[in-house]
Amino acid sequence: MPTVLVPGVLRGDAGGAARLEIAVGGTLRAVLDEVGARWPRLERRIRDEGGALRRHVNVYVDGTDCRWAGGLDAPVTARAEIQVLPSVAGG
Amino acid sequence: MSPSTDGTFDEVCAMTVLLAIGTRKGLFLATSDDDRRSWRVGDVQLSGHAIYAVAIDSRRTTPRLLAGVDSSHFGPSVALSDDLGATWQESDIAPLAFPTDAGVAVERVWQIAPGGPAEPEVVYAGTQPSALFRSTDGGRTYELVRGLWEHPHRTQWGAGFGGQAIHTILPHPDDPRRVLVAMSTGGVYRTADGGASWAPSNTGVKAYFLPDPWPEFGQCVHKVARDAADPDRYYLQNHHGVYRSSDGGSTWQSIADTLPSDFGFAIVAHPRRAGVIWNFPLTADGERHPVDRRCRVFRSTDAGATWSPQASGLPEDPFYPVVLRDAMATDDADPAGVYFGARSGEVFASRDEGETWSTVVAHLPDVLCVRAASL
Repeated sequence: MPTVLVPGVLRGDAGGAARLEIAVGGTLRAVLDEVGARWPRLERRIRDEGGALRRHVNVYVDGTDCRWAGGLDAPVTARAEIQVLPSVAGG
Repeated sequence: MSPSTDGTFDEVCAMTVLLAIGTRKGLFLATSDDDRRSWRVGDVQLSGHAIYAVAIDSRRTTPRLLAGVDSSHFGPSVALSDDLGATWQESDIAPLAFPTDAGVAVERVWQIAPGGPAEPEVVYAGTQPSALFRSTDGGRTYELVRGLWEHPHRTQWGAGFGGQAIHTILPHPDDPRRVLVAMSTGGVYRTADGGASWAPSNTGVKAYFLPDPWPEFGQCVHKVARDAADPDRYYLQNHHGVYRSSDGGSTWQSIADTLPSDFGFAIVAHPRRAGVIWNFPLTADGERHPVDRRCRVFRSTDAGATWSPQASGLPEDPFYPVVLRDAMATDDADPAGVYFGARSGEVFASRDEGETWSTVVAHLPDVLCVRAASL
C-alpha cells in the first residue's frame, strides 16, 4: 500500500508518525482524501478546503514532483512513496 | 493584594494585565502585575506563524485567547487557549473553511471578535478574501455568513496592497442582530437582522482614488472603533480621512481638521469614557512615515473635534515605522491603558490614558496586532 512520508514539522498533525500507510491508491487525490479522513489537520496543511495543493507545499510521488506528473491525478501505485516537503520559501 | 500606607489593601496593585502581541513570526504574551509599570514578556508562541488577529475573550472566568494563525506554507487556521497561552488547541476539522460552492479558500484570518454579552459562545472572524464567519462554539469552528458573502456588491469589492479582507467586526453590545463590519476595499457594511441582509454604510466617507469619490461602497476603510459609552457612535480611520458617525454608521462626518494628517491605519476608543479616542497619524499614502518622523499618538477627548499629541516617554529620535491597523489597543483597566506596536518590533504602553509611555519590549518581529485586558 502507498506510504506517505510526513515531514517533521507536520508530524504533530499525524499523531507523531513519520510514515503513514494508506490503504487507498490509484491517484494522489485518492491518497490525500484518505489522509483527510484519518488525519484531517495534516491534510489541510497540504491542501486548502477547495482541494488545491497549497502553493508552498511540494508533494513528490516516487521522487517526481506531482505538479509535473498530473497534479492530484498523478498515478500512485501500491508501492508508491509519497513525500511531502515544504518548499524553500519565507522571509 | 498589598497593604497601602493608610493600612487598606490596594486592589489596583493586585491587578494583572495581559498584553497579547501578534507578530509576523509568532505570538508574544506580556503580563504586568504592578498596575502596568513593568512587563514580563514570554517566549514566542505559535512560532513561525504570522498572527494577524488575536482576541482576548473576557466573557469567561479565565479569558480565552484566540489567534488567527497564518503559515506561509500550511495555510491559515484559528488556535485557542483556555490557560492563558500555556497550551493551544486547534479543532480537528478546519476551524474556518469556505463551503465547496464558494469556489475559494481562506487565505488569512484578519480579525477575531467575540460577540456581545447576550451570546457568550458567539465569536466572529473576518478573512481574506473578504468574508465574515460566525462561531457558536466559542471560536473553535466557524460557518460562513452567507448573507454577506452573497451580497451583490461582492464581485466589485477590491483589494488593497494588503489583500482583500474584512478586518473590522463590531457586534452591537445590546442587540446581537446588529453587526458592523469594514473591509479594504469595499467599506463599511451593516446588518440589523443577524447577518441575513447587509447594507453599505459609507455615506460621507471619501474614496479619492475612484472616479466618483463619493461612491455607495468601495472605500478603503482601514479601521473602525466603537464608542464605549454610545454604541451608535463610531470612529473610522480611512485611507485618507478620519470620520465619526453619530447615527450608528448611517452617515459619517470628518473629524480630521486638527490632526496633522488624515492618513493612518489604527483608531481605538476608550473602554468606558465617551468621546475619547486615539490614532497614529502617518504623513500620507505616498509617504507612510509618522508625521514629522516623530513617534506620537494623537488623542481626542471630544469625539474628534480636537486632537492633541501624546509622546511623553516615546522615542525622540526620528521614527519611521508604521503602526498597522490592529497594532493599537486599549485595555479595560482604570485608568485605561493604551498600547501600540510598530513594524520595527517595538511595543509601547501607557498606563495613564496616553499621558506617559514606556517601552514594553523591542526587537520583536513586525508587530501586526495587539490586544490587552485585565485578568
